[in-house]
Amino acid sequence: MALQSLDILRRSATTTPSPQQRQMTEVAKLIDVTKCIGCKACQSACQEWNDLREEIGINEGSYQNPHDLTANSWTLMRFAETEQNGTLEWLIRKDGCMHCADPGCLKACPSPGAIVQYSNGIVDFHEEHCIGCGYCIAGCPFDIPRLSKKDSKVYKCTLCSDRVAVGLEPACIKACPTQALVFGSKEDMIEHANDRITDLRERGFENAGLYDPAGVGGTHVMYVLHHADQPQLYNDLPKDPTISPVVSVWKGIMKPLATAAMALTALAGFFHYVTVGPNETEGDDEEHSA
Amino acid sequence: MSATTRPSLLLPRYSAGQRLNHWITAITFLLLTFSGLALFHPSLFWFTQFFGGGTWTRILHPYIGVVMFVSFSLLALQFWRHNLLSRNDLHWLKQIKDVVRNREDRLPEVDRYNAGQKLLFWTMIATIPTLLITGVVIWRPWFAPYFAIDTVRIAALVHAVCAFVMISGIIVHIYAALWIKGTIGAMVRGTVTRAWAAKHHPGWYRRVLRGEDH
Repeated sequence: MALQSLDILRRSATTTPSPQQRQMTEVAKLIDVTKCIGCKACQSACQEWNDLREEIGINEGSYQNPHDLTANSWTLMRFAETEQNGTLEWLIRKDGCMHCADPGCLKACPSPGAIVQYSNGIVDFHEEHCIGCGYCIAGCPFDIPRLSKKDSKVYKCTLCSDRVAVGLEPACIKACPTQALVFGSKEDMIEHANDRITDLRERGFENAGLYDPAGVGGTHVMYVLHHADQPQLYNDLPKDPTISPVVSVWKGIMKPLATAAMALTALAGFFHYVTVGPNETEGDDEEHSA
Repeated sequence: MSATTRPSLLLPRYSAGQRLNHWITAITFLLLTFSGLALFHPSLFWFTQFFGGGTWTRILHPYIGVVMFVSFSLLALQFWRHNLLSRNDLHWLKQIKDVVRNREDRLPEVDRYNAGQKLLFWTMIATIPTLLITGVVIWRPWFAPYFAIDTVRIAALVHAVCAFVMISGIIVHIYAALWIKGTIGAMVRGTVTRAWAAKHHPGWYRRVLRGEDH
């Protein structure tokens, strides 16, 4: 939904290059889970900036509120309790779109331009082109897009593409009181994360590390995790996310091959007709005249 | 042969009800093919224009699919008995070269349907119910949310594969009707000529003359 139109790296259901003359610096949001206090200021800021409000729900015995991402809630603090190294740990992860370099949603989308990926790495939905088929939901390895009950369009975090386009940081970053959220070039964010990881390792978190999964080409939202060896501890953050092979076959190899095969079948029929010719019944004329 | 028995030149092959049933299936098939292909390959997305845009295409496709399933089921109930494979059918398939080169005189005797028609029938029997089941699984917003995401993914792929097989089969079916002259009338007016029956379906023709089948 942003103003950037010269830097479209990829566009859903489009087979020719999109306008991409302008090359932007790759950006990233770094979520330092080890610094997060679960205050949900980012959740509020997201709703505030995007002018959306979540419905008032019910308490089910968890700090998590709402219980899941929705078409109104594009980011959500997920709370998990686990025992690690003999002590209770309360792990809080800010969930939302990861802005994959190889986005499964974009690969699956059948509507031209409903999903775009900018050269700065942001993956954005253009809801006015969305047809509501939900293929992006099947394509996403992180279970992020949400189909609105109100209009049957999908919604998710835009990484504040409208703010980033005019040189601002995403709303959630601005609201974070502990600097658990930082935003900048992807290169800088990796460097910043490495400093944090060195620090965490010195303090006894031997498996601290960066979550920037290679299976989806890396992401433009990254996590610093105390237990990078077990991302599933953080409310089932996938260990090695990739676009499902089923989706890859369906929206990869099969799409051109099956289309070509159907066209060739029809063409073969035509060529058969003009070479072998029709199969006519002799004697029909005789009968007609009789 | 027909010169001696000439009470009526045309033989009834399909009743008005069967023709209506066939064409409801055919029209819904075409609507489904165009709306489905529109969402399958980007180069065909413009087919959505026939349905009032992408969103209407997405909304209409599954409902049309249910109509086709019901309509095809009625056809299948009437025709399955005629489509049981016989030993002659295997020989017919082995001599497929004679079939495509119009050397029909060399082929084993065909009854009401030839082996190609029968295989098409069973292909439809396999694909159409599968398309219905997988279609329900990926049907948004109504049913897809009730299935696990991996189930939805597999259903989407199986739906596409079955549609591909079905569309390819129907292309052959349509071509065969155009290629074998005198066939279209069977499904439009319900009748075929005696010569047509004697040439393409001699087994059926003999039984019709004996008053066994129509």
